Amino acid sequence: MIDLLLTRYNYLAVVLLLGIGLYVVIDSSNLVKKVIGMNVFQTGIFLFFITAAYVEGGEPAVITDGGGPYVSPLPHVLILTAIVVGVSLTAVALALIVRIYAEYGTLDETTLQQIDND
Amino acid sequence: MIEHVPVLLIALPILAAVVPTILGIRFDRVGWPVAVLGMLVHAALAVALAMTVLGGRRISYEVGGFLAPFGIELVADAFTAILVLLIGAVGLAVLAYARTAGPRTNSFYGLYLLLVAGLTGMTVTGDVFNLYVFLEITGLAAYGMVATGDRADAAVAALKYLLIGTVGASLYLLGVGYAFVGTGTLNMADMAEKLATLGYDSPLVLTAFGLVVGGLVVKIALYPLHTWQPDAYSTAPDSVSTLISALVSTVAAYALARILFSVFTVDFFLAVPIAQYALLAIASVSIVAGSLLAVTQTDIQRMLAYSSVSQFGLVVVGIALATPIAVVGAIVHLVGHAVMKGGLFAASGIVRRKTGVKSVEEFDGLADRAPIAAACFAVLSLAMVGVPPAVGFVGKWYIVVGAVRAGQWAVLAVVLASTLLTLAYFLRLIERMYFTAPDHGAGHDGESEPVGDAPVADGGQPAVSTGMVALIVVASITAVALGLVVPAIESALQPTLLEVLGL
Repeated sequence: MIDLLLTRYNYLAVVLLLGIGLYVVIDSSNLVKKVIGMNVFQTGIFLFFITAAYVEGGEPAVITDGGGPYVSPLPHVLILTAIVVGVSLTAVALALIVRIYAEYGTLDETTLQQIDND
Repeated sequence: MIEHVPVLLIALPILAAVVPTILGIRFDRVGWPVAVLGMLVHAALAVALAMTVLGGRRISYEVGGFLAPFGIELVADAFTAILVLLIGAVGLAVLAYARTAGPRTNSFYGLYLLLVAGLTGMTVTGDVFNLYVFLEITGLAAYGMVATGDRADAAVAALKYLLIGTVGASLYLLGVGYAFVGTGTLNMADMAEKLATLGYDSPLVLTAFGLVVGGLVVKIALYPLHTWQPDAYSTAPDSVSTLISALVSTVAAYALARILFSVFTVDFFLAVPIAQYALLAIASVSIVAGSLLAVTQTDIQRMLAYSSVSQFGLVVVGIALATPIAVVGAIVHLVGHAVMKGGLFAASGIVRRKTGVKSVEEFDGLADRAPIAAACFAVLSLAMVGVPPAVGFVGKWYIVVGAVRAGQWAVLAVVLASTLLTLAYFLRLIERMYFTAPDHGAGHDGESEPVGDAPVADGGQPAVSTGMVALIVVASITAVALGLVVPAIESALQPTLLEVLGL
């Protein structure tokens, strides 16, 4: 068990990031914190891909004689794309938050619900 | 030439999406004409694609010339063609509605074309990561469109949609990650083979399945992951709720079918029956819970949104049964639901503009105040309940026959019960529209105030154009006529169906 934690601590970090991120998205009543939680959650996924792609002593996938082992560049490319997607989502989310604040003057979800019910 | 159509179907709307914003620097109101042009080209390409692949041919396109398992592959078969045709047709039709109903900003039409590009991309892609990217493009466009209305609560609904939608898409991505770690490929066909050699009962494959399906179920909005949907549909402008209710969940359900049949394959269900039962159980719960919630709603558009939760349960039941007849039923109901639910949202928008009516109680005597909208609403409701010969009946019938042949009696009972519940929430509206006199004492007998967020025409009433009325009339006629052409659709699908299901 200890051995597993020492050699696979990256995966432990993945699980923690996913858990913390999802918890903040669900539990926080502050809309900005929800967006931060969403980012933390996505970071967990990024770390998962990058960790899975790690090869001990691996070289970049430029094939040479007698080289290798090579690292697959694909997961890194995927995560670059996913980071771009994440940034766009954050931008849209923050734009919506600016508009909500301008309309209601609050970013608290429970207060917003009370206003909505009245 | 024809093999380039799949990529043009995505690339042209994306390019066109930039045009309204650029032209918007110099000109006002160029968005609508650009969108019409873009959608006409998209629809023409969709027809060309359908003519080629509906016979059973399969088109494959390698993006950028990178060979298939390494590069991104776009694949079009008969199922793809039907969905792409639906996207093209609905996209064009809703533009006729949006001309008067708005929103009129240039940027809105940029989002509109981006949404169409994203949906088409989800439909034609043969690569699981590419599917994620298009899922997010669709999502981003949809979040933006929901918030385009003047209503303040639309922004709150859009943010809620964004947070839940992003978590859903991220779960899907995590599932793709597990499958990628196990197989080292992202191409759907290649992954299907490698998953089989990996062993379907390996924990890696099971986790990947759970995460991918879980993520897509959020996007389809099955109970209990539907919570974004009623808010988004009811606060968005009418044009947007018409478009989104008709297409977004529909294409997500198609993506689920694609992943199940082209990546995990029917053999996975045979090897791991618990996965099939779990999916059937989620879908059945969604059917019942969605209907019950719809019955309790007072707001018309929220009721329609909850009805979608229930109807998509039905579609997923068809997919999860994974027999040829049930899958045909699921596809027919997918297309039929898009036409019927889009039409119902459009009709409810017209009713609100003409009479200010928003809630179920106010529907009393509506047939006198808005005869055409009331008639279309009634026809579409009855089609949704499943009155023959409308498409709602045919889709359900195939799914029911599929359930009987598969011996899934509990599912059969749920499907039949759902028809009664659907009848419960639609019949009360028809009864109010045609057989209840308007309540004069309450002071809103045809003189109700028009809602504030609609563009106001000369008479002080929000405008209802011929194009808007034409949309709901065409939707009503299509909902009935589609039911009659289902045998033709079924025979066109048959060769592809047997191939996809591996029979």
